[in-house]
Parts: sequence; C-alpha cells; structure tokens
Amino acid sequence: MLIGLYNYWVVVVLMMVGFYIVIAHGNLIKKIVGLSIFQTSVFIFYISMANVEGGTAPILADGIEQYSNPLPHVLILTAIVVSIATTALALALAIRLKEAYGSIEEEEIQNKDNLDC
Amino acid sequence: MAAPLCLFLTRPRLVWLFALIASGVAFMISGILLQQVMASGAIIYELGGWEAPWGIEYRIDLLNALLLLIISAISTVVLYAADVSIRQEIPADRHTLFYILYLLSLSGMLGIVATGDAFNVFVFLEISSLSAYALIALGKDRRAIWASFQYLIMGTIGATFILIGIGLMYQMTGTLNMEDLSKRLPEVEQTRTVFTAFAFVIVGICLKLAMFPLHLWLPNAYAYAPSIVTAFIAATSTKVAVYLLIRFTFSVFGLSFSFTHLPLQILFLTLGLIGIFAASLAAIYQSNIKHLFAYSSIAQIGYMIVGFSVSTAAGLTATLLHLFNHALMKGALFLALGAVMYRIGSTQFSQFQGLGRTMPVTMAAIVIGGLSLIGVPLTVGFVSKWYLVLAVIENGWWPVAVLILLGSLLAFVYVWRIVEMAYFKPALASTDTIREAPLSFLIPTWTLVLANIYFGIDTRLSVQVAQAASQSLFGVSP
Repeated sequence: MLIGLYNYWVVVVLMMVGFYIVIAHGNLIKKIVGLSIFQTSVFIFYISMANVEGGTAPILADGIEQYSNPLPHVLILTAIVVSIATTALALALAIRLKEAYGSIEEEEIQNKDNLDC
Repeated sequence: MAAPLCLFLTRPRLVWLFALIASGVAFMISGILLQQVMASGAIIYELGGWEAPWGIEYRIDLLNALLLLIISAISTVVLYAADVSIRQEIPADRHTLFYILYLLSLSGMLGIVATGDAFNVFVFLEISSLSAYALIALGKDRRAIWASFQYLIMGTIGATFILIGIGLMYQMTGTLNMEDLSKRLPEVEQTRTVFTAFAFVIVGICLKLAMFPLHLWLPNAYAYAPSIVTAFIAATSTKVAVYLLIRFTFSVFGLSFSFTHLPLQILFLTLGLIGIFAASLAAIYQSNIKHLFAYSSIAQIGYMIVGFSVSTAAGLTATLLHLFNHALMKGALFLALGAVMYRIGSTQFSQFQGLGRTMPVTMAAIVIGGLSLIGVPLTVGFVSKWYLVLAVIENGWWPVAVLILLGSLLAFVYVWRIVEMAYFKPALASTDTIREAPLSFLIPTWTLVLANIYFGIDTRLSVQVAQAASQSLFGVSP
C-alpha cells in the first residue's frame, strides 16, 4: 500500500509543507511560495486520481486504446490558471506593500500600523 | 461579459452608467426568474448544449432565485451611489478599472449561485474572490493593501480546500454535477473519503463565510476597502458562502448524512453562538465605525449559522430570511457610512460627534439600520430574529433562544454608542460646516432603509419565498 499509493503520500507531504509555510513564515514572498506549493499538491492529487492502469496520456492517436481520464486534467488546467492569477495578484500586492511600508516582513508591517494607530 | 466592454468606454461617467444598466438588467432578469420558478419549478439550462452530467448545467430553483434577486438588487442599488463615492476615494485614472472589477465580482457571485456543477462553483468562486481582493486593495489607506493580502491568503486556502473536497467527491462518484452527486453519494457515503470530502468542503466554505474561528480576514477587509466596495461585499459575498453551505449540505450530501453522521449540529451551534458573542463584544470596543459594523456582520453570520444548525425547515427558513434581511441592513448601513466618509473623509468614532445635527438624514438611516440589527419590531431584523427564536424553541432548545436575545442586547449597546455620540454631543469644530450627503448617496441608502421597514411590516414576499425554498430543500433530500 505504501509504495503503490506513493503519489498520494507526496500530495499529503506537499500540502502540509505548503500550509505550514503560509502560517509560520512572516515574509510575504515566502507566504506566496507556500500557497503555491499548497495548490500544486492539489494538482498532483487530481492528476494521480485520473490515472488509469495501463493508460497513456489522453491525446487521441491511432492504435492506442486505453487513455487516462481526461476530465481531471482539464479541471487542473483551469485550477492552474486560477492559481497563476492568484499568485500574480498576490505578488502585485506585495510590491505595493513594499512601496507603502518599505518592508515585506509581516511583523514590520504590523509594527508600523500599530505605531500609526 | 459587460466587464471587458467597459474598457472601450473612456469617460468614467459613461462607464458608471453602463455598469448600472448591466446590473439593473441582471436585477430584472432575476426578478423574472424568481416568478417563473415559483410558478413552475426548477429551471435547467445546459451550457453549450451538452447534456448533464457530462456538461455543465445551470440549475435555478427557489433557493437560487432568491439569492440571485438579492445579489443583483444590492449590486444595482449600491452602484447608483458609486459614481459620487469613488471620486473621493479612488484616483481618477482607476475609475474604469473599479467598474470592471465590480462587474467581474458581480458576475462571479451570480455564477456561484446559478450553477449546478460543483467544479463550476470553484471557478466562479475564484473569479468573484480575485476581483474582490483587487477591489479591496483600491482603498485609500495603505492598510487596505495588507487587508487585501490577508484576505487573499485566507480566501485562497479556503477555495483550495473546497477544490480538494470536490476532487475527493469526484474520485468516489465520477461526476461533478450536483444533482448527480446527490444521487450517487448515498451508495458510497460510509467511506472515509466522503467524510474527508465533506470536512474539506465545509471548512473551506466556513473560511469564506467568516464563521467564528475563521473570521480574521473580515474586519480589516471591510474597514479599509472603499465604501462602495464594503457596501457591496458586506451585503453579498458572505451570503453567497451561506448559500454554498446550504446547497452542499442539503442538495449534494443530503440531510441525513450531513447531520446524523457527524456532530455538525452541535459544532455549528457552538461556533455560531460563540461568534455572536465574541463579535458583538468586539464591536462594542471599536474606534472605527466600519470595524464596528464589520464585527457586527460576523455576529449576524453567527445567527445564520445557528438557524442552519437547527436543521429543520423552520430553522432553514430563519436562516434564509436573515440572509435576505441582513443584506438589506448591512447594505443600507455601509452606504450611509460611505456618505459620512464622503463628507468627512473618515469614519473614526470621534468624528461622529454631533453628526445627528449636521447630517440628519444619513444619521437617521444609520439609526434605523442599527434598530434593524437589534431586532426592533417594524424592521426586518425583528422578523428574522422572530423566526429564528421560533425555530429554536420548536426544537426545544430554550437556552439557545435566551442566548440569541442576549446577543440582541449586545447589539443594542454598540448601536447606542453611535446614537449617543451623534445626537447627544455637540458637533466638533471641524465637522460643523459640512452639509448633508449628496442625493446620489441618499437615494440608494434610503431605498434600502425603506425596504428594511417595508419588508419588516409586509413580510409576505420574503417569508413566502424563504419557506418555499426550505420546504423544497427538505423535500429533495432523503
């Protein structure tokens, strides 16, 4: 079971690593990276799910009869696009935060806010 | 579709008009849809002509139609005041972008509500969320950017959790169509995978809902965003998340699975009640009025969760009623705050001194909205609290009813603070010379306030639809 479900173990590890990075690190860029790792684990999960025993990539070609399930692949393409948009937006916000506060560390930003209040 | 077209219109006034028309058309269509659904039952539309369950289908039943109406109505009313409001709060070269983002967010939310396909929910959720993050970041204060970033991180984690849940459900049943899922899930219900799927989906939705422990993004996001954005998002996005919760627990997973196999009732009841008290208490101590009403929103969501946890038709009716009423209440309140922001330039508590004299019409709107939050008779707040207490007592949970009424007392405390500051203290020198808010603010604010009172007195429409919707949900699930 351990070896056969190797994919899913990777998924779990990546998910926890990504989630931990988001929570534990104060640097904004590291948070964004953690979020990205977290989302990547979900992609791997979907694609592992799509695999059919003995099937090849789901591209129509002559002479091949067994294909992997194409639907999760399509779902993941959508999710990857969403993830790219989210990362781009997060990075844009990080740039603006740097301009406004002069720092990309969460603690320093909150300190500056507390000083203002 | 209207959103990218905005790019072609150059003058901001034209863009506003265009956005207003688009939103108004959406409102009229949802009104017609509601009538149709009430007359003839659910409407189904298959995207691209592909039959479900292979294709994506849009399924409008009573629950959807009600939500569509609420969202498009609030959007149109709020947009009416937008032209004037954003002149003060957003740099002129970004006005067109504001409308584009606003329309994208609106279409995202309408999509979440209308769709009958689980993955489509995720797609529209992300569309509406991403545009909401960008809208919030348009705020003047630099803390808006940080609030938007925090919301982005938490919101994306929530959406990814929902994605995981959908993936697990797909793994067990092979379908993404909600109705098909509800037919196939009962066979595989007892497996750990489906339990996990349920857990992930619920946690993800609760993050978007701002249910008690997962509400940290909400106060800052509401407080620092531009006023129109707060009015729009406060009145719609959390309602959409409540809708998703109801939809997933009742239509997809089924009533018996959701509430009997997992201690969801107790969990939601506890978290809802804690949310009501913690948030109301926090609201009392806030120095920024927008923060105050943001915490109040979290408390109101707590009420909706309590109604949901009762899991009878009466409880669900109360939740749906409160959904409708809270959208009206908070829409009116945040619009009025937007008017104050427009005139004074700040929503700090100390600046509210004596505002009852200089801006009487706006303050009256805030007072009535506040009365609605407390649940005074003649306002919609009373109607939904009434139904909630009825549902809870019907279930035999007397202590909960007492706690709900105590929550209203706390709401009274923070509303009274505002009233005292505005009416019983002399005006500050700096705010003495300001005039009443401009008409384009007053009209939408008072539309919502009057709707507040109207639906508080003539409750036939809202109660009828809410009851019919919850009956149909209970009839569908096993």
